[in-house]
Amino acid sequence: MEKIRKTLVAGLVAATTASTASANEFGDAEAGLKIFNECKACHSVGTGAKNRVGPQLNGIFGRRAGAVDGFKYSKGLARMGKDGLLWDFDKLDRYVQNPKAFASDTRMNYKGLKDEAKRADLLAFLRQYSDNPQNIPEAAPTITGTDHSVDPTILAIQGDPEYGEYLSSECTTCHQLTGDNDGIPGIIGWPAEDFVIAMHAYKDKFRPHPVMQMMSARLSNDEIAALAAYFEAVE
Amino acid sequence: MKLNRRGFLGATAGAAAAASLSAPMVHAAGHGKPKVVVIGGGAGGATAARYIAKDSKGEIEVTLVEPTRTYYTCFFSNLYMAGFRDLGSIAHSYGTLAAEYGINVVHDWATGIDREAKTVTLAGGATLNYDRLILSPGIDFVDGAVEGWDISAQNKMPHAYKAGSQSELLKAQIEAMPEGGTFAMVAPPNPFRCPPGPYERISMVAHILKEKNPTAKILIADPKEKFSKMALFQEGWGNHYDGMIDWVGADFGGGNVSVNPHDMTLTIDGDVNKVDVCNVIPAMKAGKICDMAGITEGNWAPVIAHTMQSKVDENIHVLGDASNQGDMPKSGFAANSQAKVAAMAVRSALTGSKLFPAKFTNTCWSLIDTNDGVKVGASYEATDEKIAKVDGFISKTGEDAELRQATFEESVGWYAGITSDMFG
Repeated sequence: MEKIRKTLVAGLVAATTASTASANEFGDAEAGLKIFNECKACHSVGTGAKNRVGPQLNGIFGRRAGAVDGFKYSKGLARMGKDGLLWDFDKLDRYVQNPKAFASDTRMNYKGLKDEAKRADLLAFLRQYSDNPQNIPEAAPTITGTDHSVDPTILAIQGDPEYGEYLSSECTTCHQLTGDNDGIPGIIGWPAEDFVIAMHAYKDKFRPHPVMQMMSARLSNDEIAALAAYFEAVE
Repeated sequence: MKLNRRGFLGATAGAAAAASLSAPMVHAAGHGKPKVVVIGGGAGGATAARYIAKDSKGEIEVTLVEPTRTYYTCFFSNLYMAGFRDLGSIAHSYGTLAAEYGINVVHDWATGIDREAKTVTLAGGATLNYDRLILSPGIDFVDGAVEGWDISAQNKMPHAYKAGSQSELLKAQIEAMPEGGTFAMVAPPNPFRCPPGPYERISMVAHILKEKNPTAKILIADPKEKFSKMALFQEGWGNHYDGMIDWVGADFGGGNVSVNPHDMTLTIDGDVNKVDVCNVIPAMKAGKICDMAGITEGNWAPVIAHTMQSKVDENIHVLGDASNQGDMPKSGFAANSQAKVAAMAVRSALTGSKLFPAKFTNTCWSLIDTNDGVKVGASYEATDEKIAKVDGFISKTGEDAELRQATFEESVGWYAGITSDMFG
């Protein structure tokens, strides 16, 4: 098994080298190694990597979210794994860019890496430790110019809690006002900004749950702000 | 019959109003707080009553008329039949609505509606005045829909499509089936309450038979060529209950059926089948109070999508299964969603509160076997013509076990959510 993995990695590196002639197609793994120093306090990768504060990262590409044995994940990440989220280049890219947009309760205490090129370097580095890299752009990067963090002007919208209360009646059919967490997460008392970030992540079809993608798709920015204002204030 | 009754009511509206004078009055008429009467305490009615009482903060007097003291939800009653839930877990009372929301809960049958006088007559003799009336009576069965079956046969051949004693009866009959016996279902034509309901029921019956009576067979006569979540159910039946279920659709005469409750036979397209249990789910129509109010067209009561007001009478709102609203399925989730739109419209009309744009949602979860849950759902908006579907999703065939389990767990969470949204 170990042997096969190494062979594959070798093959990949060769392929990367071959195409590196045409330069920075999806990041520089060597530069990524330096960026990974920031992550090392919590994560390890490579031979003998173990779970520490964060899960070990061997085989992260193609792995289901929340799936490393023996690691205790936040409920949010574990749920996303159950909902079918597989880590691929795009998902990891967004997660590293803004972990909270992905899973509001993530234990990954990291502010996010805004620089797209640096993220590509970091992921190119991590990619070497996965057997079966998936969905890696083989030609030019497809992620240029897409800023997945929520626009500050959207975060600044002041929501109308009265409108939020009316809209919330659609949410409370499933999300209980008691805040109970019973197959469906409680959303009472969330900080408004986390709420807005999470809803926009669904709206972008970036978080995987189909019901939430549908619900968020037809909410305007003002409506999301109104809901956020309402749910933040509910006790 | 229906036309006659409607004609009768119309012709004697004055007489009915006069008669009501001698009956005891629950409320003084004409002054004080605006009054809302809600008929039917299910997913539509209980939700509407609760939201109007809660959000009007005492400005509106709400009366909820519901004959039963204990309400059994139809949703999850199939799970009860398979032993995944006990009967108590799908039973709800109206105590919280009365005690915490100040709703006047009246356990009685509504037997007449005088739209001109704006009164509701109850079987017990009382009369209720209303400024707005909300009808959420659910379904009744169309007379003569299945040859050989009428309501007097429901003990021999239960419908179990109104939960409670009928669910208990059907469960007992399944458990008493002889070894290798046959469970039959006569499925209903569209439109009907809970489109995936009959097929979830088949799954649950198969689950229990596989455990207790594995050589038993299941036979379904269906007047339709396809049904809700068909691919998902068929895949699941193949995976879990291979060879046990025989579905006879319209193409093979599934719509040409008659039953004989005395001999326990089901005849499909001339073919007589001796069966041990026969679950007859006849064609449906709006709960008969809608007919009595004279607001139905065909089998259902047409409504204006923006407010759920009857197209016949602006002082009446119709919710849930009984309404003909457009694209939404007849489901508990849909009724609950429509109730909130209606509650907002009623408050706005009676107290001048803000009227926001109507939004509707539905999701229906079904269980195929232990931890094998699937779902279908959509979002809707009001147009001048109808409630129109905007966007939707459905579980996919071939999903892995973990996702199916998560979907089932989600449905359990939803059950807790919607029942507390209905009953407080």
